[in-house]
Amino acid sequence: MPERMDRNDPTGTRACRIELKALAYDVAGTRLIDVPALTLEPIGTTVVMGPNGAGKSLLLRLMHGLIRPSAGQILVGGKPLSAEQCKAQALVFQKPVLLRRSVAANIDFVLKARRKDRSRCRDLLERVDLASLADRPARRLSGGEQQRLAIARALATEPDTLFLDEPTASLDPESVQAIEGIVTAAARDGVRIIFVTHDVQQARRLAEDVVFLSNGRVAEEASADAFFNSPETDVARAYLSGHLDRLVET
Amino acid sequence: MQQIGEAIELAIGLLLAADADLLEIVTLSLYVSLSATSIACVLGLPLGAILAVTRFPGRGPVLVLINALMGLPPVVVGLIVYLHLSRSGPLGFLGLLYTPTAMIIAQTILIAPIVVALSRQVLEDLHLEYAEQFRSLALSARQIIQALLWDGRFALFTVALAGFGRAVAEVGAVMIVGGNIDHLTRVMTTAITLETSRGNLPLALALGMVLLALAMAVTAAVHGLRAGTAGHADA
Repeated sequence: MPERMDRNDPTGTRACRIELKALAYDVAGTRLIDVPALTLEPIGTTVVMGPNGAGKSLLLRLMHGLIRPSAGQILVGGKPLSAEQCKAQALVFQKPVLLRRSVAANIDFVLKARRKDRSRCRDLLERVDLASLADRPARRLSGGEQQRLAIARALATEPDTLFLDEPTASLDPESVQAIEGIVTAAARDGVRIIFVTHDVQQARRLAEDVVFLSNGRVAEEASADAFFNSPETDVARAYLSGHLDRLVET
Repeated sequence: MQQIGEAIELAIGLLLAADADLLEIVTLSLYVSLSATSIACVLGLPLGAILAVTRFPGRGPVLVLINALMGLPPVVVGLIVYLHLSRSGPLGFLGLLYTPTAMIIAQTILIAPIVVALSRQVLEDLHLEYAEQFRSLALSARQIIQALLWDGRFALFTVALAGFGRAVAEVGAVMIVGGNIDHLTRVMTTAITLETSRGNLPLALALGMVLLALAMAVTAAVHGLRAGTAGHADA
């Protein structure tokens, strides 16, 4: 279990509490997200889990302001989510979208655009172990390297909160381990992590809290220990045991 | 067939002899068409990028208009530019009629819609790929446009080539505003027209072959540049 910040001492983080109130997101009359209330504390690593189509990625995009809710509110630090607050967040997508330029130029682009210290480029690349590939075209990196670069680019914005949407999906175990190490280090540095995965073992390794989604609703919200040791809902139990299909059939 | 053989022989002869008149015409053709292409790109690429990124009321009709302008008849453009630059026209005081500058203006007007329309399509496709990432990074419209223009640079080379191809092959507009004056405004296409009207078909054909070789050389040079630099980024 990685070293973590004291959850009762939020002084090491700049992140704010995220509160979802009566949040809904509809598409063509179908309610895809329906969260009456959910509070994410400003510290630690929360893993958002759930089966495919549960609404995990949608929830992340809503919290990051990429899509507007059909109803309800997202409060960050007690205030409605604003463009300025979105700038204090970063999102790493499942499939990294890298610019058609070198590894270093991808980082430098963000540092320049966000008026950050451009001399940090090397340091950021070293944090994700890509310094030796700085001049290589970003799109010619392997999948794992591309994702590490995407995380470095996200960290270049100095986010309070880092959302990661299944960043290790379809990566080899070595790349998964590297990315988990980077994320854990960021959490240790005070970045609030909200990590989407449907890999139960990965969730066990990373989570301090778990939000379990099913059909767009929060089926369960608990500390990692409580969730993994004594899940309260049938759907969470079935999911953790790998028999969700049986539950669906019944 | 005999004329074609004669023309090939003549074209090779003209090139090998480095005929001074031919070189003058070739140089002016390149100067006019490359200048027009450069100006059209400086104006048209940012405009294409703005159209690719922004949404505003009336955008649809604007796109239809720009696409329609891609088919502008050169003689109509030449006539409009002539009316503006003629002594009695609103810009007559500039004294530009029958100068290479007038020819550059006409060709710029002719190819700018091509550059705008094609770059808009190229950059809109690229923006579709980047849009969510750019929104996540909270970039301004200006930053997005700069990033798209840089990342789309290799595809935009092809757009510029399309503009150059239209410019260098065009005859109607440059004939009207340039007047085909020997040693002043005579370019490849107007020279070919003149030699054809004189009945000197082998020379006209030879000039046509030189023009074709010229266009191919410029295209090859741009492709060479593209291939040489693509390895440093990612096409």
